[in-house]
Amino acid sequence: MRKMEKLISINCVKLLITALFYTCVSCSSVEQKIYVELNDTVPCVRLLNATHQIGCQSSMSGDTGVLHVLESESDLDWILNTGPHPPYMVIMETAFFSRSVMLRMKNSSRVAGVAVIVSRTGLAENFSPHTTCPNQNTGVYSAKYGPELANCNVTTWNPLGNGLSYEDFAFPVFALKDENQTQVIRKCYEDHNLRLNGSAPQYPLCAMQLFSHMHAVTDTVTCMRRTDLQNRFSINPEILCDPLNDYNVWASTRPLNNSAKGQTTNESFVIAATRLDGRSFFWQEAPAAEGTVSGIVTLLAAVQALYPVIQLAPPPRNIFFAFFQGEAFDYIGSSKMVYDMERKEFVIDLNNVHSMLEIGQVGLRNGRDLWMHSDPISRMNSSSVEEEVSDMMKNMHSIAAGLNVSLDEPPASQPLPPSSFQRFLRARQIPGLVLADHRTSFVNRYYESMYDDAENLNVSYPPNLSPEEKLVYETEAAKSLAEVATLVARSLYKQAGGDDSNLNNITADPKIVAQLLYGFVIQKNNSWFQSLLPPDLTKKGILSSGPPQFYIGLGPRTYGPVHSVTLFVQHIMANLTGTVTNLTETQCQKPDDISTENKDLYAYFWVSGSTAVNSSGPFCVRAPVRLSKAMSPAFERQEYGSQDYSTWTESRWKSIRARVFLVASRELEMLTLGVGVAVLLLSLLVTYFLSSKAELLFSSARETPTTTY
Amino acid sequence: MTVAVFFGCTFIAFGPAISLFLFTIARDPLRVIFLIAGAFFWLVSLLLSSLVWFITVQVSNKNSATQQRGLLIFGVVLSVLLQETFRYGYYRLLKKANEGLLALSQEDTMPISMRQLAYVSGLGFGFMSGAFSVVNILSDSLGPGTVGIHGDPQHYFISSAFMTLAIILLHMFWGVVFFEACERQRWWALGAVVISHLIVSCLTFVNPHYQGSLIPTYIILSIMAAWAYLCAGGSLRNLKLCLTCKDKDFLLANHRPR
Repeated sequence: MRKMEKLISINCVKLLITALFYTCVSCSSVEQKIYVELNDTVPCVRLLNATHQIGCQSSMSGDTGVLHVLESESDLDWILNTGPHPPYMVIMETAFFSRSVMLRMKNSSRVAGVAVIVSRTGLAENFSPHTTCPNQNTGVYSAKYGPELANCNVTTWNPLGNGLSYEDFAFPVFALKDENQTQVIRKCYEDHNLRLNGSAPQYPLCAMQLFSHMHAVTDTVTCMRRTDLQNRFSINPEILCDPLNDYNVWASTRPLNNSAKGQTTNESFVIAATRLDGRSFFWQEAPAAEGTVSGIVTLLAAVQALYPVIQLAPPPRNIFFAFFQGEAFDYIGSSKMVYDMERKEFVIDLNNVHSMLEIGQVGLRNGRDLWMHSDPISRMNSSSVEEEVSDMMKNMHSIAAGLNVSLDEPPASQPLPPSSFQRFLRARQIPGLVLADHRTSFVNRYYESMYDDAENLNVSYPPNLSPEEKLVYETEAAKSLAEVATLVARSLYKQAGGDDSNLNNITADPKIVAQLLYGFVIQKNNSWFQSLLPPDLTKKGILSSGPPQFYIGLGPRTYGPVHSVTLFVQHIMANLTGTVTNLTETQCQKPDDISTENKDLYAYFWVSGSTAVNSSGPFCVRAPVRLSKAMSPAFERQEYGSQDYSTWTESRWKSIRARVFLVASRELEMLTLGVGVAVLLLSLLVTYFLSSKAELLFSSARETPTTTY
Repeated sequence: MTVAVFFGCTFIAFGPAISLFLFTIARDPLRVIFLIAGAFFWLVSLLLSSLVWFITVQVSNKNSATQQRGLLIFGVVLSVLLQETFRYGYYRLLKKANEGLLALSQEDTMPISMRQLAYVSGLGFGFMSGAFSVVNILSDSLGPGTVGIHGDPQHYFISSAFMTLAIILLHMFWGVVFFEACERQRWWALGAVVISHLIVSCLTFVNPHYQGSLIPTYIILSIMAAWAYLCAGGSLRNLKLCLTCKDKDFLLANHRPR
């Protein structure tokens, strides 16, 4: 009986202890009285290349400053010169986010940080934080190749660029995108920090603290050296930076044996390429609608237009579709693919490349011309290249005439715009064209900025449409891109040697283009994307709300090692170029054992299928779509100071957060300290006095306290 | 707020307690032991009362503010009663220990009197109570912000420090009065201690009107100080003599053998 009682009491205690552990502990309520934490912060982080560091940095314990809203010139003067409570945390209205203001802030010691309000109200006519000459050192034009064309001597591609993204700021810069959060900050400012009748506001003042301490400094060489030291000598190595990396997507009309390196046969390829990424001043904020999505959508629609005809009447040459990741950062993806091709470590090599057609920014055509850019130097040096390029242009002219698209050539002496084709030219002079909607400089006024979104691409829907209706609604932009896609598809078919009689059957479906456009610039969480992706990916939350972000970033991510956009493009390509098989899920993941399936020629995707009620559920798709690693060759060769390849790395950090609170005046703090010291001294004196006179003071006790004093 | 406020509030809250410890307790190891034991007893009482409160909060309706406030009041009252119960328990333990100590010691007289034990145990209770009241607040005072963004009054830290100062001294005085009352079987004095403890704790519900809670607390502090002084063997005459520095004559006149 005793033992039973003991057991019961022990069990009760155990139960109690486990119950206590399972209930969650709320954070200190005093902290909740003081700080308002801002969720969803959008920071600017530090990036490094071989020689410089760019971006923003806060001190290790955050930067605190008294809030001041920058709405007018007098506010700027208050912050930089006259305000009595420096350092200030500047809440910058959209109109003031410009190079001149930011550089003035950079040079001032009275600015603790900047929080930029991101909205379209007050937005300037143009805003591009990128440089005026993108990727000028890693393109094909250099001192050795077309020196008069290098460094944008002839054409400045991005004349509206202010280079803010490439400046190094010693204070944190955050973006305020959430309207509710901005309202909280504004209310705190209006309650405490407003100037009444020109006099300075009184303490307590509203202040903000931004944390975005970056671990890497100086440049990639330094950072990688320190990381190597850590890895070698430390028990708990701390990595300071990571190279930007992700995957390229490639596919071919005739399946290629993925395990064979370097094509042994004399197959000839036409490469159709575009870029997959974009960037902006802030981390992971890159809607890149005109800069990137226009190219992706056009190429995907061209694939969709080509495939049925290619199955029926395959052209003599193979068409190789490539989506390059990381092009904004000195051509990471294309330089890696060319590097592998040169060393015969890729499925095809440069000997097999017949010609190349790249799709640049094609979204802002607006009924204007499309332009075919070519490289004047290679055309001058090689007559075969000149012949081939002229041929390509002639073909495209004739196709465009039939399509009612006006196509033209820019001046013959103009160099190529920044494009992946330049990296191929660096390795070998192959004929190629870059298709774009700009004759000389970009027409994109928000190149590589947060404002290159659906509105910049003129994608607008009539009001009162449900998301499902919007998904299939054919906007003007969709129709325009569909025309370009048809042109591209027919040109590729002709370039691959296909028969002219089949050309009229190649047409891009505007509905597919509309769906692609909706998914890539408006809302990625739609039913079509859901049906194309595997069920476990959708469960991991890859389809969150809003448009996808195109910044390359680093792996691994919450849903896997590959970037979400790369996954979308991969699965859309699988849907467009693949065939449905009736394999089960386990067979789909390991098709080695099945005799009819070939893992070398195809990749197998387990996709969700339609989410409609009467659909059959997930199924297996077999498609010749692959991923290839897109990491700069500089990191493979460990040449971190390389001038030939991209050396971009992203710094690591511990925490990025922001909080708003009130600060008290210095006088009050010193007064508290003074009172504390006074109380301490007074109590020491009184106690000494009391203890020395204790015998006397407590002597009328009835019991004699014979104590040891 | 910052380091200045942190040190300021620490000195305010613990200044008298530290000086008392330094000058009267630190030299005698026996007193130190009883101080720590007293602190431990207070800690156990807090553990029990917080356990009860925690369980009641878990089973209650978390969304109802009035219910939560009612539970808080219940928790405070229960905690006060448990603290006083443990003070009584400590008294009984010390009584028993004293007999044992007497048997062990080689001298004929007790090494430490009941009065000193009352003072030391009261201070022990005070230390622990003060620590738990204010350490949490002190750690938040280290950050750059001050209370007020949600509209709370700004003098939170300094008011908490003064309240803690009062509570520590009050525990010391309550200890002296309590033990004296138990020795002389004066149960009304015991009740008065408990009631004054309840009043001081419940006055904190008046916050954030800090004047409403601090001023009555300091009034009660001065009353208890006077009472404890009288219980500990002081008298007005001694005090006058002491302050007017006539102590030498007094001692000579009342010479006692050591």
